[in-house]
Amino acid sequence: MKRYIARRLMQGVVLLCAVATIVFFLGRLTGNPVDLMLPEDATAEDRAHLVQTLGLDGTLFDQFAIFVYKALHGDLGTSIRMREPAVDAFFDRLPNTLALIPWAVLLGMILGIPLGVAAAVNRGSLLDRLAGTVAVLGIAIPSFWLGILLIFVFSVELGWLPSGRMGGPAHYVLPVITLGLFLVAGFMRITRSAMLEVMDSEFVKLARIKGLGEGVVIWKHCLRNALIPVLTLWGVFIGNLITGAIVTETVFAWPGIGRLTYEAVIYRDFPLLQAVIILKSILILSINLGVDILYAYVDPRIRLA
Amino acid sequence: MALADRPEADPRARLLLRRLLWPARTGTGGRGTARVPWIPIAIISMFVIMALFAPLLAPHSPIDQTLRDKLLPPAWMEGGSDKYLLGTDAFGRDVLSRLIYGARVSLIVALLALTAGGGVGLIVGIIAGYLGGTVDSVLMRLVDAAFTFPAILFALLLAVTVGQGLGTLVIAISLLLWASFARVIRGEVLTLRQRDFVALARVRGCSALRIMLTHILPNVLNTFMVLVTLNIGVVIIAEASLSFLGAGIPPPTPTWGMMISEGRGRLADAWWVALIPGIAITLLVLSVNLFGDWLRDRLDPRLRQL
Repeated sequence: MKRYIARRLMQGVVLLCAVATIVFFLGRLTGNPVDLMLPEDATAEDRAHLVQTLGLDGTLFDQFAIFVYKALHGDLGTSIRMREPAVDAFFDRLPNTLALIPWAVLLGMILGIPLGVAAAVNRGSLLDRLAGTVAVLGIAIPSFWLGILLIFVFSVELGWLPSGRMGGPAHYVLPVITLGLFLVAGFMRITRSAMLEVMDSEFVKLARIKGLGEGVVIWKHCLRNALIPVLTLWGVFIGNLITGAIVTETVFAWPGIGRLTYEAVIYRDFPLLQAVIILKSILILSINLGVDILYAYVDPRIRLA
Repeated sequence: MALADRPEADPRARLLLRRLLWPARTGTGGRGTARVPWIPIAIISMFVIMALFAPLLAPHSPIDQTLRDKLLPPAWMEGGSDKYLLGTDAFGRDVLSRLIYGARVSLIVALLALTAGGGVGLIVGIIAGYLGGTVDSVLMRLVDAAFTFPAILFALLLAVTVGQGLGTLVIAISLLLWASFARVIRGEVLTLRQRDFVALARVRGCSALRIMLTHILPNVLNTFMVLVTLNIGVVIIAEASLSFLGAGIPPPTPTWGMMISEGRGRLADAWWVALIPGIAITLLVLSVNLFGDWLRDRLDPRLRQL
């Protein structure tokens, strides 16, 4: 187990280094990075100062060394627009995104898993078809447009729910639905196919022969085993949630890291974008690592492979 | 009109209509083979024709502004004009014309990104699967890495550093695609490699390159086509999302994502500007996915896990 964790940790570190290197060299690709790093109204002194602190008069390798050194000391540059350290801006906004994500995940699991089980048990029924439609629609509707549609129906026309910004519980409803719909579809599809596979296996037949009630067979014997593949999808879902948060928070003016990413793009705030991407990579990689360890713990076949 | 004259009153016609609207999939309920999804095919054809003949079909210029006619509602609403069937936006541009030209961008990006990303995935998958060993493990590590890191972030980074444009967009979306292509194709090649005809070719002294090109490649083309179809929707949504975030094709070229972005501030007085392009995206992606499901069931049912 320790060896497995160490190996996964090493892979994560290598990947992170690759991301940081790509981000660094893309920033240098377009000629003068000073133009990307400074606001348009910067003075000649600002420029000279930046050139000096980033070592831009040195070779590309020197510059990269300075970038890595600073990054390791928690300095990923200063946001052009907010004129504050990009790392601080990120951690100021992070709690707001973390306040949104668990609800979306909860929505996905509460609706997706039972729906998937029901669809598998009543295979080919109307319910199964309905679930199939939800799955197909959940993939076909772009989430940013779904958010706008929800705002139009529930805020503009009906006036039931607020259209954006953070606030009381009512403010969470629409963003959570927008962010959670693809999770409902995803959880449902995976649960359904995993359940179908498990329901076909020998130990389930044995449980039925033993005379156990259908409820016990389905919910205890089948679902428990079907949930293992659901768990593996966590890695994929986390990446999707982090990127899904960009459009959702943009649509609902939600002050989280997704909205921060969007602002960095539209204001061409390169230092901020660079910091956001590196920090998000760390976030995604550590969650993935956590999930992998959990998965190896639950299913010993993984860590021995 | 007599009741019997109406097609929906005839039970057979009703059944046919229901089957067309709701193509049952093979395997789900033990019903025969999947029916040809005519409605999705018709919708896809409509969008392709829109994209191909945009200059002939669009009633107005998609770019020219007529400020006198700004924010007119669609023709069927009060205050709407026959001149603008789907209304106008805040600059007095015709929504229908922009929608027609927007189909061009979506489909061109889909074509290029699937060729580039799918092609790279195909090559990587064949090489990794056939050669195996170190090459395989290095390439598969890269695939794992590509799966972990969200390509959307990379696309945003490219748009800011290199600049917005068709090239940037296609590269960014290709990065999103190649890994899933490579993984599936590699799996196919692993089983093909064990087959007798490959062993025979090897005994005959065929080079690895020749075996990959003439014996492996033709046998994975079905899978490749299914993957391409199943990923068209992914590309269209990615392009629209990036345009919405201000990292797609730059204005004045009309794109669906940008139309939604421009219209979202005016939901109260001009909902059509933001909502109509979204209907187009959903309709097209839904049709492409249903068509892809059918194609998969016909050509390569083993891929049903996807």
